[in-house]
Amino acid sequence: MPTAIFSSFESGLIYAIMALGVYLTFRILDFPDLTVDGSFVTGAAVTAIMLVNGYSPIISTGAALLAGFAAGSITGLLHTKGKINPLLSGILMMIALYSINLRIMGKSNIPLFSESTIITSVKEIWSKTGLDSFLNKGMELLGLGNSVPSTWAIIFIMLVISLVIKFALSLFLKTEIGLAIRATGDNQSMVKSFSTNTDNMKVLGLSISNALVAFSGSLIAQYNGFSDIGMGIGMIVIGLASVIIGEAIFGAKTIARATLAVIGGAIVYRIVVALALQVQFLQTGDVKLITAAIVIGALIIPQIKDKQKEKSMKRKRLKELQMQQTLVKGAKEVATAKSNL
Amino acid sequence: MLQLNQIYKVFNQGTPDEKLALKSLELTLEKGEFVTVIGSNGAGKSTLMNMISGKLIPDAGSVIIDGKDVSSVDEYVRSKMIGRVFQDPMAGTAPHMTIEENLAIAYGRTNKRGLRLGVTKSRRSFYKEKLETLHLGLENRMNAKVGMLSGGERQALSLLMATFTNPKILLLDEHTAALDPSRADLITKLTKEIVSQNNLTTLMVTHNMQQALDLGTSLIMMDKGQIIFEARGEEKQKLTVEKLLHEFQRIKGEKMLNDRAVLI
Repeated sequence: MPTAIFSSFESGLIYAIMALGVYLTFRILDFPDLTVDGSFVTGAAVTAIMLVNGYSPIISTGAALLAGFAAGSITGLLHTKGKINPLLSGILMMIALYSINLRIMGKSNIPLFSESTIITSVKEIWSKTGLDSFLNKGMELLGLGNSVPSTWAIIFIMLVISLVIKFALSLFLKTEIGLAIRATGDNQSMVKSFSTNTDNMKVLGLSISNALVAFSGSLIAQYNGFSDIGMGIGMIVIGLASVIIGEAIFGAKTIARATLAVIGGAIVYRIVVALALQVQFLQTGDVKLITAAIVIGALIIPQIKDKQKEKSMKRKRLKELQMQQTLVKGAKEVATAKSNL
Repeated sequence: MLQLNQIYKVFNQGTPDEKLALKSLELTLEKGEFVTVIGSNGAGKSTLMNMISGKLIPDAGSVIIDGKDVSSVDEYVRSKMIGRVFQDPMAGTAPHMTIEENLAIAYGRTNKRGLRLGVTKSRRSFYKEKLETLHLGLENRMNAKVGMLSGGERQALSLLMATFTNPKILLLDEHTAALDPSRADLITKLTKEIVSQNNLTTLMVTHNMQQALDLGTSLIMMDKGQIIFEARGEEKQKLTVEKLLHEFQRIKGEKMLNDRAVLI
């Protein structure tokens, strides 16, 4: 059970990179981009086929990033130049990518267990530092001796990578171009009147977003040890779940806060799913159903809460009014009683 | 500075709803001229503004700004030269971004956007200085989201954002119409100050005849896609609301007579 939590942390940190991409389109550009389901696999596929053919893990992962960038830019061009509705341009690209991903991989599944990947290289370097035994001792001192992971390497490196991306993203959104992208999602006609080519901003935003998604897909393939054509199904919903859960729990007042919240949301989502799967009744195949339920809950519960708050406020105010009236009445009675004296 | 030659624009061409929005429209603005535009609904005032800003492209005729023919130039390219304030206070600002971020976007109108930070220390003090000219205390709330400001404050900010980079042409599209009288007066006063200080070439649409007379150096009246009356310089200064109404009725009456003549 504790190891399940640990691996949720690891995969949560990798999926967090995908969730940051979804945050960029969904929240910043106000563009519900469904390309994600396809570009996630594209990242995995490109990395897998390159690793199998003997390219270095770093180059294979970098290529995944570029492939995602290209996929996102095509979605952007479909929407801006082709004037296709945002949802539809994403769906079209997602469907097209399914075939493209099959072409890239040549078959529907590529195992990577025998390849050296970024994950295996990190583990190797990490084992030389001897930090594991140090950290495990720390855990033992805390009385958690039996819940140590096999290695701390992945958590550490993924924490670093996702935080670096988080900081880079929030810094980018403060640059002149970044501000123009945010304004494009906020008030398009306004930013157009300040000499911004909103089409370019959308294409750029979608490209960066899908580059992050593909990067995340590439890392997941290396982490799981295989790339599979079906691994992207429902990815957009997982991304949305992470964004919505994160914002609900950790807040979204500033960009810096929101991006951190998205990472937190991605981890919480993984933990919730892991805990749900501990229930006897549920099977691994139910993950998508659980995901949908989580998103529906995250969307509806705040509304119900707000309504209840409003109702209780009303009741309170009504009570206060009644109290005042009875007080006034009481005062009058006292007054008449006094005058009777 | 601004020249419109023989502009035609038809909406819904070939349908029963066909409407001739602008008809052989001619207009020239000298540098520093401040023209107010009045006319009833459907007269073509907004179409005229959209034609200059590039939101609409004329069916025939040319738009010339500062000697350059920009008739078919995209809106975002043209807006390098044009500052614009809309009627709706929500339209001119990004509500989920802070005051200083909004100013940074406005600053990017004339300055190419790059990977520099939009708000730096020196820029912040520059923005602050500009905000102080509004006398609304916004300079102390630079990190507030613009969506939290009142309509009047947002419109004042929009006006500042449209003007502080010295556009070649300033377009004001009924920019005080959605405000209460005292806020409208404030924005009118600010408009007067800003335009005269920067000697901006300005075109302002308004439904308020008094405002059209108080502001500006020239006045034009539009009807059915044409300019039917023009007053410049001294002639404009002598105009009153009564004279203007009288003039409107006179021109309309003549037209009606003409129309009747055609019918008979």
